[in-house]
Formats: sequence, structure tokens, C-alpha cells
Amino acid sequence: MNATAYNFAYLDEQTKRMIRRAILKAIAIPGYQVPFASREMPMPYGWGTGGVQVTAAILGPDDVLKVIDQGSDDTTNAISIRKFFAKTAGVATTTSTEQASVIQTRHRIPEAPLRAGQVLVYQVPIPEPLRFLEPRETETRRMHALGEYGLMHVKLYEDIARFGHIATSYAYPVKVNARYVMDPSPTPKFDNPKMDDCPALQLFGAGREKRIYAIPPHTKVVSLDFEDHPFSRYRFDAPCALCGADDSYLDEIVTDDRGSRMFVCSDTDYCEGRQAAGHRGTESAAPHKERVHG
Amino acid sequence: MTTVAELPAGFADKVLSAQSTFRSVMDAMARPGGVQRIRAQAGTPAPMMHGTAAIALTLFDHDTPIWLDGAMSATPDAAKWLKFHTSAPVIAEPSVCSFAVIGDARSLPPLDRFALGSNEYPDRSTTLILQVDSLTSGPAYELTGPGIDGASVLQAMIPANLLELLAINATLFPRGIDVVLVHDDAIVAIPRTTRLAAYGA
Repeated sequence: MNATAYNFAYLDEQTKRMIRRAILKAIAIPGYQVPFASREMPMPYGWGTGGVQVTAAILGPDDVLKVIDQGSDDTTNAISIRKFFAKTAGVATTTSTEQASVIQTRHRIPEAPLRAGQVLVYQVPIPEPLRFLEPRETETRRMHALGEYGLMHVKLYEDIARFGHIATSYAYPVKVNARYVMDPSPTPKFDNPKMDDCPALQLFGAGREKRIYAIPPHTKVVSLDFEDHPFSRYRFDAPCALCGADDSYLDEIVTDDRGSRMFVCSDTDYCEGRQAAGHRGTESAAPHKERVHG
Repeated sequence: MTTVAELPAGFADKVLSAQSTFRSVMDAMARPGGVQRIRAQAGTPAPMMHGTAAIALTLFDHDTPIWLDGAMSATPDAAKWLKFHTSAPVIAEPSVCSFAVIGDARSLPPLDRFALGSNEYPDRSTTLILQVDSLTSGPAYELTGPGIDGASVLQAMIPANLLELLAINATLFPRGIDVVLVHDDAIVAIPRTTRLAAYGA
């Protein structure tokens, strides 16, 4: 297959115009889900077809693209989307958060602070935060229209009644600009505070559910909570085994079948950056040397 | 009768010109009050400014009914050019248009004549493309709202009653009108979340 047979960034121009108009309305109404005519993409639903369409509509030849999947630059999903745009748009790609102008992400916000001029594109599976509480689209749409979010507070309250604390740990609902309750996509709630007053533009694309929404830079984003049960972040109580970071979000990795495990940064770029700067964890005393066995 | 050869040209490079113009509009919308430049070159039918023409070529198509004000429709040039290059229907009824192109900002009609969207679908609202005399000099205005770190200051020659007209955005939210101000190749966006006040007032 010859990649030059495709339009720049794969999508045809009419589709891009339609998506671009939806993005502009999404930015103008922060947190509101704008319906759009999502296209079939050459990858299955669940692989980021919404994020890919948003990225394709904004991407230009001068952009530098980074793609992460659960914080990692080197998983199948991240690599295939990065290659997709390198092939169809000829854009430069990077794994560095700092150097990227467009970052497409699945389920994480990078640890390194984002800056003005960057665009963070989220892949969203279920954009409607109220969907599991109210299956009817007509009803959830009216609830958003009226700003009627009591049901979401009941859900969080039921968490407290059952577990003693708000047990929702990812896709933790937020209120954007004091109006719309929004699903931040299945990011860990550890990342929620990074969305508030973020200098970068945040765009969300849900391909199967056909919705685009946005948070403009420097917009108030508040995680829902109660006065006596304030929002709290969660991370494993351990330093990263590779770089020693004690402030990053950690993945738990099972290392054998006898219950051994290690915790490492979920954000690979952040972890590698720290290791390059000389930070060491318990498992990386001498990473450049092969361990000699026997 | 105008032949195609007499119409001003569209973008020389449709794909990349539309992309760079869109990014300018997106950045403008994401950072209200900030002046963005449109770099792409395009033919411009009178009385359209360069920025207006580029935005039209980037965002208008057969799905977007367009309303032109008296200044824009004084001669058929602009409507003909729009129809040929974008296939967008030019309509007489502003309450259902996706975009309204205003050539003479002084005769801007009340904003409730345009589509304001519904509470269920606030996105089904008109975006105003408003040509103004300057976006770099003139009275100073202070802007606050999402996209702005604290407050931003815009110096512009905008119609005196625009502040009054835009007040409906505060009361109607999430319904409302989004505005893109254009002067030559400079654009400034005032989405419905932005609050505009005379500077120092």
C-alpha cells in the first residue's frame, strides 16, 4: 500500500472540516460533548479511533507528535498510532513530553508539566459520565441541559456508604468551568488535578460514541467530592524501582509466581529522563551492566 | 455575468492552508483575546478581508448555511465566491445559519436573531465572523474566562454596542454566540464563555 495515495493525515478534507467545527464548538463550551460524524478508521474501536480523528484534524507538517498508552511510549497501541501518522502525515514523532506539540494519550496525563502551545488529545471510550447511572441518552442530555448532577453525587455517596471512602479510582468525574460534569476518560484520579488550570489545550475524542469535548487552557476543573470526604489522589506507597521517583504514578509489575512485585513509573518518558539524570531505584543500581549469572 | 476565471482564487494548497488556518482559529478560540495571524494565502472577494476568506475556505461547506450581512451582500461577489469555492448555501434567514459573515460591524443586528443553540444542543449555534477596523489599536478591553490566565487585554476598534450585545452570552450559557473578530490577516476569538469589559472600568 502506498501511503501517498491517502490525503495528508489520512482523513478527507470534508471530514476534517466537520471535525474542526466540532472542536471549535467544544472549546467554546468547555466540558460539553459535541456530537460529530465519527468515521470508520483503519483500526478497531477501543484503539483510539476518536483520538486519532481529532489528531488527524489538527495535525500539521510542523507538529511533533507523541503518543502514549497508559503512560508508555512503547506499547503496541502507541507505536502503531505514531507510525500511522508518521506514514500518512509525515510528521516528526518523539517520546519526549517536552518536545511534543501534540500528545495523543490513552488513560494518562504525562508527569512532566505541559506548557502553553501544546495540545493533549485524549482517547475516550465512554464520554458520558452519567451513562452507567442512566442508560438513556435523551435523559442524560436533559440532565446536562439542566445542570442536574444529583445522581452523580448519590453514586459517590454510595461509595462512601459501602466502602467508607470514595472508591472511584479512575474516570473520576470532574466539573468543568463550574457547569458541565465531564468524564476525564479512564485516567487514574491521580491525574485529575493536572487538568485544572492546565496551560495546554485538552481535547477529547470518542470514536464509537461519536463525541468530541474540550477543556481550554487555564480552565477551572474540579473533581467532585464532599466537604467531609474531600477528593484525594492515590498512588502506591513506594518509590519507582527504576528511577526512585516518589511523586509519580506507579504501575505494579508482578515479577514471579511467588508474590514478588515491583513498582515502576507508568510514564516511561519521565522515568527514563530521571534515570538519564542519574536517579536510581532499587532495581537499577547499574543498568548499563548485564547481571552475571552462575 | 461572472465567469469562473474572474473569481478570486481559493487556497493554492487546499490541505495545508486549511490546516494552518484552522490551527490559528483553534488557538484563537482556546486563548480568547490573543491575536492570531492567518498565514495562508487566498484570493479575497470584496468586501471580504483576507482572514475572513481563509476561515470560509477552511470551515464552510455544504453542511453549513451561511448568512451575509448587508455589506457582504451589497454586490453578489462574495456570495458567488463562497458558493463556488465552498458549496455552502447562502441563506436569508439568520436564525438557522452556522456562520454569519458581518462586513459592517456597525450594523450588527441583535444577537438573538442568530442561532443560539438549545440547552440540550448548545453547539447548534451561529459563529459570527465579524470584520472590524483594527485588532491592535483602539480602546482597551479586558477579557476574562476559560482560556485566559487571569485576564487579558485587547486593544481593538470594535462596535460600541458589542459589549452590550454579548451580554446575552452570560445570561444564556450554555446557549450563546461565538465571535471571531477579523482585521486583515489578524483574528481574535470571543467564545461565549469570555466576559468582555472596558479596560479599567
